Amino acid sequence: MSAEPPGPWPGDVTRSAGDLAIETRGLTKRFGHQAAVDQIDLAVPRGSVFGFLGPNGSGKTTTIRMLLGLASASSGQIRVLGSEMPSEFHDVLPRVGALVEGPAFYPFLSGAANLHRLDTADRQAPSATRDARVAESLERVGLAHAAGKRVGAYSLGMKQRLGIANAILRPRELLMLDEPTNGLDPQGTREVRSLIRSLSGDGTTVFVSSHLLAEIEQICTHAAVMSTGRLVAQGTIDQLRSRGETRVRVRTPDLPSARVVLGSLGLSVDEVARERGEQIRSGEDEFVTAAVGVLDVRAEDIVAALVAGGVRVRGFVVDEGSLEDQFVALTGEGFDVAG
Amino acid sequence: MPDSAGELDKATARQSGNWATGTGRVARHSVGLALFVSELSVLYRRRRTWAMLAALAAVPILIAVAVRVTNSTRQSGRGPQFLDQITQNGLFVAVTALVVSIPLFLPLTVGVVAGDTIAGEASHGTLRYLLVAPAGRVRLLIVKYVGAAAFCVCATLVVVVTGVGIGLALFPVGPVTLLSGDTIGFSESIVRLLLITAFVTVSLLGLSAIGLFISTLTDVPVGAMAATIVLSVVSQVLGALPQLDWLHPWLFSHYWLSFADLLRQPIAWESFGANALLQLGYIAVFGALAYGRFLTRDVLS
Repeated sequence: MSAEPPGPWPGDVTRSAGDLAIETRGLTKRFGHQAAVDQIDLAVPRGSVFGFLGPNGSGKTTTIRMLLGLASASSGQIRVLGSEMPSEFHDVLPRVGALVEGPAFYPFLSGAANLHRLDTADRQAPSATRDARVAESLERVGLAHAAGKRVGAYSLGMKQRLGIANAILRPRELLMLDEPTNGLDPQGTREVRSLIRSLSGDGTTVFVSSHLLAEIEQICTHAAVMSTGRLVAQGTIDQLRSRGETRVRVRTPDLPSARVVLGSLGLSVDEVARERGEQIRSGEDEFVTAAVGVLDVRAEDIVAALVAGGVRVRGFVVDEGSLEDQFVALTGEGFDVAG
Repeated sequence: MPDSAGELDKATARQSGNWATGTGRVARHSVGLALFVSELSVLYRRRRTWAMLAALAAVPILIAVAVRVTNSTRQSGRGPQFLDQITQNGLFVAVTALVVSIPLFLPLTVGVVAGDTIAGEASHGTLRYLLVAPAGRVRLLIVKYVGAAAFCVCATLVVVVTGVGIGLALFPVGPVTLLSGDTIGFSESIVRLLLITAFVTVSLLGLSAIGLFISTLTDVPVGAMAATIVLSVVSQVLGALPQLDWLHPWLFSHYWLSFADLLRQPIAWESFGANALLQLGYIAVFGALAYGRFLTRDVLS
């Protein structure tokens, strides 16, 4: 860090800072001797829906706390919306909406009063529009009916919605949502996903952390994976997915000749068909699977070769590998296991 | 001027819909009054606050009723200062109630409010949301302290106003005989009572600053409250030990009962000034400690 030349941001030559909503360099947080976050270089493009994934305890929330200036970094640099954090927090934070480690409110105040209270803390929030913004925000997360109810009487899911309502009290350039679907039922989870989609459609960058991949895989354009404090992968969803192995799966009654044809094309045929939620055998048909590997073979060519080889192809699937498999491979464990 | 400019900018921001730049200029004019008003409204929307104020109001009522129902002419010379004057003049209910409240009841309520300032927000988890809003750490600390100070005014006023009210209801009110033997009229005595209210409020400001500092050390509000209250007791115990004479002028509780000096003719202002200076010292020291602690603290709650 000290060796870098003085300048707005070291290494800006290749890319203007305006491209990234969040950028960290060598961000590290140590508690005692243990590094909770270890030298991570995050790059969150503006306009993206960025999934921040990793098992519980992998350092996601600690990273988010540092990005928001709640905790200081042991070393490294942070830039959010083009400004240094935490030194330029009054410039950055009014443009950021956040849900950090679950919602937190005054239980003796109503939902609307809580939002009102937190809005006064932002000195850039215009008081003239406060009531209207609170009402609109509650409406947007489906809590208008419970606006006057004490938060102490809210369910966990309602508190979670109120937390999201707080994050969108004003139009934001960046939303940081830490586990936004915690405590929500499937219907609520869908609503949050569609809310994120619509916010993203308005041009807001959404940085969303989760330990449940399936919940956010469908909405993210980009993702990063944390494992025990380290950033083990980062990129667009397609880039991450393509790290996986492409496999083909053929359904046919002519198993032996199918194996021969696939083998002759250079694919590595599995001894036993890899199961993907279906049975290995269906009537007189059987399945054979093979990894395409690094070969540049097009799917239609494989089918043509099978047909030419006299194989009765009754089903053909190209499986690009699930993101889940990727992440389990990267983090070395299932997603809901504490790391 | 700043206000009108702020209004103008807000209007511009609304019209243009450009939040990022329009409201950025408003920020420079805003002093955070909204946050302070919100702080008070949160404080006074808690049942706990009203329970504490009710308990304080009960002190003068209990005193007045006890004096009224027992033999109202007996003057034993025992009991708190000014107790014997109540039967002649109801205004002394307020003064007696302050004498009774200041060693324990007032520090207790002030300790609860001051100890809760930061630790209470941390335990609710709202501290992180206030900071992310962003409230700004220094601004939040100042608003919290001013809120606690406002509670000191309120708590003292509750004792005095209730005392005057019940005193007027149950006892005759006439000219007040001062400690110096002079007599003053009713309106003059109300002025003296307000001065005493100010004196007692100022006396509690040092303790509030200590409470604020302790509150930045922990996420457990009850711990901060208890520590603050214990310190107020310790200070008074040390103040009662003649062996520690040299220490006494430095104790924040040193002038707590000196408000009687305001009941002399002419008023003995020395203790008022010395007390104000002492409390300012505590505010400076513990304010700085709270600032140092809170500015560098990782908010992990």
